[in-house]
Amino acid sequence: MAKTIPVVENILSANDRLAQANRDLLDRTRTFGLNFMASPGAGKTSVLLRTVEALRSDYRLAAVEGDLASTIDADRLMQEGIPAVQINTGGTCHLDAVMLQGALPNLPLEEIDVLIVENVGNLICPANFALGTHRSVLIASVPEGDDKPYKYPVMYRGVQAVLLNKIDLLPYFEFDVDYFRKGVEALNPGLAFFPVSAKTGEGLEAFFAWLRGQIDAVLEA
Amino acid sequence: MHELPFVQSVLEIALRTAAEAGATRITAIDLTVGQLSSIVDDAVQFYWDILSKGTPAEGAQLRFHRLPAVFRCEACGREYTYDGEHLTCPQCGSARVRLIQGDEFRLDSLDVT
Repeated sequence: MAKTIPVVENILSANDRLAQANRDLLDRTRTFGLNFMASPGAGKTSVLLRTVEALRSDYRLAAVEGDLASTIDADRLMQEGIPAVQINTGGTCHLDAVMLQGALPNLPLEEIDVLIVENVGNLICPANFALGTHRSVLIASVPEGDDKPYKYPVMYRGVQAVLLNKIDLLPYFEFDVDYFRKGVEALNPGLAFFPVSAKTGEGLEAFFAWLRGQIDAVLEA
Repeated sequence: MHELPFVQSVLEIALRTAAEAGATRITAIDLTVGQLSSIVDDAVQFYWDILSKGTPAEGAQLRFHRLPAVFRCEACGREYTYDGEHLTCPQCGSARVRLIQGDEFRLDSLDVT
């Protein structure tokens, strides 16, 4: 006998459930997780290094680095005395919750206040894969152009902050900051927007102040 | 682009629901897909054809109900459909807008025998 069964269930992939498990672990160890996403070369590692420099006197930091190959980024952080785990995905274009779950046991999470996950350099895919971090930050850069939020709206959603990096290059590009800012704000209600230069340091203090507020709100909850 | 894990979930939900209802075959599945969900119908169909083989869901027709992306402006109250190009409010230009529809990826119902 044919019939229709109502279901009305959101389709979450197994990744979403695993991301929740990662988040539960980070909550148990009282570790604030942050996901840095961006196109290759936008400045994730540069911003991360500046962030580490600014925060390390107040928070115990660690990092998870995602790249297709090499340990360049993790090595750099370990040189700075920051525990870092490198995930080499081989060919996968994004980090996912499974990979992060595999990396977490390699870090002394009970002793870590802030875990920064530097995702694989890729504009398109990472936004689709929750990791379980408390916040996500997208790093855009001036040379990429001001129309990208309009061309890739889905990929600019789901972040709590956007950094516009390389503002020291604004004199050399046709980049309308207001047009760009409105695009990312329309896609993310309540977004925090920070024009910065990881090279000169301009604008970073405002980002660090926001980040400290986010970290404290989670750690003190 | 990465629809495979989502299709695995559709199959899991469908098979579990059908089994609980004592049904032996799934003949159709109604899915709601929002315009800004990043889910592509063709990719879902592609993986579905492969994964459903040999299961009670094999041959089930996927019916996609597409919802356009709709924003509401918190500044002036205007609601507008996404035109694929503009994001800010067409009435007042504000960026203080909220997506009220268009994020969905939902299994609404199954037809079974």
